[in-house]
Amino acid sequence: DQMTVRDALNSAIDEEMAADPKVFVMGEEVGEYQGAYKVTKGLLQKYGPDRVLDTPITEAGFTGIGVGAAFQGLKPIVEFMTFNFAMQAIDHIINSAAKTYYMSGGQISVPIVFRGPNGAAAGVGAQHSQCFAAWYGSCPGLKVVTPYSAEDARGLLKAAIRDPDPVVFLENELLYGENFPVSSQVRDPNFTLPIGKAKVEREGTDVTITAFSKMVGFALKAADELAKDGIKAEVINLRSIRPLDRETINASVRKTYRLVAVEEGWPQHGVCAEVCASVQEESFDYLDAPIERISGADIPMPYAANLERLALPQIEDIVRAAKRACYRSK
Amino acid sequence: PDAINVEIPVPFQLHLLQEGPARESVTSREELVKMYRDMFRIRRMEITADKLFKSQLVRGFCHLYDGQEAVTIGMEAALTYEDTVITAYRDHATFLGRGGTVHECFAELMGRSTGCARGKGGSMHLYKPSNNFYGGWGIVGTTGPLGAGLAFANKYEKKNNVAMAIYGDGAGNQGQLFEAKNMAGLWDLPLIFLVENNHYGMGTAEWRASKKTTFYDRVSYIPGIKVDGMDAFAVKEATRFAKEHCLSGKGPIVLEADTYRYHGHSMSDPGSTYRTRNEIQGVRQERDPIERIKKLMIKENVMREEEFKAVDKEIKQEVDDAAAKAKDDPNPGEEELFMNIYKNDSGLKTYGCDRNMVRVQLP
Repeated sequence: DQMTVRDALNSAIDEEMAADPKVFVMGEEVGEYQGAYKVTKGLLQKYGPDRVLDTPITEAGFTGIGVGAAFQGLKPIVEFMTFNFAMQAIDHIINSAAKTYYMSGGQISVPIVFRGPNGAAAGVGAQHSQCFAAWYGSCPGLKVVTPYSAEDARGLLKAAIRDPDPVVFLENELLYGENFPVSSQVRDPNFTLPIGKAKVEREGTDVTITAFSKMVGFALKAADELAKDGIKAEVINLRSIRPLDRETINASVRKTYRLVAVEEGWPQHGVCAEVCASVQEESFDYLDAPIERISGADIPMPYAANLERLALPQIEDIVRAAKRACYRSK
Repeated sequence: PDAINVEIPVPFQLHLLQEGPARESVTSREELVKMYRDMFRIRRMEITADKLFKSQLVRGFCHLYDGQEAVTIGMEAALTYEDTVITAYRDHATFLGRGGTVHECFAELMGRSTGCARGKGGSMHLYKPSNNFYGGWGIVGTTGPLGAGLAFANKYEKKNNVAMAIYGDGAGNQGQLFEAKNMAGLWDLPLIFLVENNHYGMGTAEWRASKKTTFYDRVSYIPGIKVDGMDAFAVKEATRFAKEHCLSGKGPIVLEADTYRYHGHSMSDPGSTYRTRNEIQGVRQERDPIERIKKLMIKENVMREEEFKAVDKEIKQEVDDAAAKAKDDPNPGEEELFMNIYKNDSGLKTYGCDRNMVRVQLP
């Protein structure tokens, strides 16, 4: 039984809107256009224009409106057509949403979800290809989750909508159309996943690979390649960037003694850097090899297909790094 | 029998409106006494906050409101606590207007656990959500969209209430204000944009920052009213008019209150390099909002000079007592450091400065 990530997101929003009248969706093209990537398809027809709001192209304005509505207990889902455009609104995400519960001494909480595609798509150039996981992940007061599969998308989005705090929900355009097997449990309207917990996607004993979002798929394919050489890789799908599941990461490294940290975003101050720091702090004595990092290249994204490929992690990069960590490189 | 008619001498300036607020306000002895007491309390609070800052009991920034009292007092005279209010960093008096106490304000300024945000907000971040006051915001211009969000929630929940988005002339050129105005207009949000125009954004006079120095007529699709912000009854009538406008389904409206701050922008600013002392003295002598209401009360035989002296003395004492009490109150406990980061903290792990030493399960 299969489900696309798009349908997983759409059904999660649909069910939460049906369950709670305080939940509403706003953003560019979420209504009549049915969503720039069709994630909100059918919701306007079902819930009407009071709960599915097409906004003008003014991110700072509508993000602030969403946050203000959340102060009074509404539960907005603010869609960014891509997180690149959320840079216009990052002040409201950080200064207005993330800090308010603390600044008010616990008097005003902000139950809001900021969601949309994040990271690189295909051939869209430098201004539409940035991963913001590390940016939002560095900010206390926010929760940051990044689904990979349909199960992740459904469980994490439903959890994010029900969460009383601001959640940044980073999707990936290239995953929307991908099919994943889902159980009847995942289809249940009560299904949620805990924010802050990673998932061991594949067990192994020889090397740990951490990844999130689209890179989980690459890590799993890399693990297939490594298995051909007799290397059993353990693949951890981080799911949550903040809180980061340091326990699961470190428990895995204490079993495999080796780590390859993977992300699509830039390397400096990145999510991998935080994963590395955590393992160095907590599992230093267990490491049998230097930690390997595979990340996006440290450059603005080029347009040309051949250059773009070189700027983003590929499966063979992960395989090569894992072999190095296992001292098996040729 | 107790009704007292008050004339509003300065005409309202209207934008996209055929008729404006009433030029005469009907008040009572009780309301006049309350307005005087509330304005005098704000004045004393701010003068005392100045002293507390200068004796290093208040840290960081401290933006004082004295001179502008008629704006918040006039506004509150036309609102209820079911209406929602959000303002920028010059928020002490707005907090008082929303039912906060001088002690809660001073305690917050001094970083005490008894402050209205338990010492974690500071002077720019006062809140009273129980009376629908959503703060004190330190980023200029953000109260436009946030206030529109409050109005959106009122409309969504079908409440018969308005939201006030308050900002200053310095914020009046921020791009996101125009984004908020567009959506508020587009969606007929019951929102009053209130510009407290004290004529200086920090030390920059309005004419040096704004191609157009009026703020009630900045967009062609939202009506506006310019009102004498030194006249509490003018603000009251304008707010009453604006609230009726919003609740009749006509959408948002802009009020521009022409007002003046006596202090500098913040405590590092003596307030005299970019304006003349004569200008400040002139406003004090000719337009002071408290003197204006006092004159009216004497003329209407509401209170005599010696009764004012007694009231002033009582409020001075009240403010001094609040300062003394706040000064003696405890700082927040160290356990507060890791509290209120998330609402359902649920045992999340976080770290102090020395990650080896301080690893905390959130409460």
